[in-house]
Amino acid sequence: MSSRRSGSRQSGASRITDDQIADLVSKLQRLIPELRGRRSDKVNASKVLQETCNYIRNLHREVEGLSDRLSQLLASTDTDNEQAAILRSLLM
Amino acid sequence: MDLHNLNPSSLKSRFTTRFLRALTEINARKPIASSSSPREIFQRYRRIKDAADTSMAYSVRSRRTWSKATLWRLRTPSHRRRLASFGRRSSLNKTRTTTTASHRGAVVVQITSRGGGLGVQLEELRELVPGGEAMDLCNLLDETAHYIKCLTTQVQVMRTIANLYSLE
Repeated sequence: MSSRRSGSRQSGASRITDDQIADLVSKLQRLIPELRGRRSDKVNASKVLQETCNYIRNLHREVEGLSDRLSQLLASTDTDNEQAAILRSLLM
Repeated sequence: MDLHNLNPSSLKSRFTTRFLRALTEINARKPIASSSSPREIFQRYRRIKDAADTSMAYSVRSRRTWSKATLWRLRTPSHRRRLASFGRRSSLNKTRTTTTASHRGAVVVQITSRGGGLGVQLEELRELVPGGEAMDLCNLLDETAHYIKCLTTQVQVMRTIANLYSLE
């Protein structure tokens, strides 16, 4: 198994530039509603990562809640094929 | 959600089609009786959630690590997954130090130095993004952005469908 402890030497295999990483962090920041309004030089990476994790967890929870709701809704309707067809034609 | 101008080749549209199809199949397979056991109810919930995740993973145009990981997780029985995960942990958490004094440099030092407080959050992120354990830092951040975009689309569509069904 390859070693995970690379210490603090330069990693020769990675060609990632500082700019790339900073760009990716600010790209993330723009996606998260919590942080969207702030100027980028006031938000540190730690906050961005923390809010990213929170946001993803919230999204997961929403998916679970909606799946739950959908499972109850499906159970109570009889004409599902018809409704699905209607929905599909509306959305196309 | 604007129903009239939906681009048929958009991610939203592809996901919606797949997911609706899956929902129809799920419902056709086993109509729920009013006396369903909690286990049956849970199974239906599980099937719907898995259908949603799978539909989204299939709907992405470019093959992403997270989408492949999602599909793999949902199709591979757990005992085989446990065996496989031993081999997947390649060299992670590459460490670099930099002496740039600018803020951008500071961002990078924060993220890349092992001793810094970001280690925990990066680990958390790796657990939240499918396939995150095996990604290097750059890919992790990139995949996270894409994953978030897709998740928000998924939630949007699921919510719209649920609202439409509950108008009944």
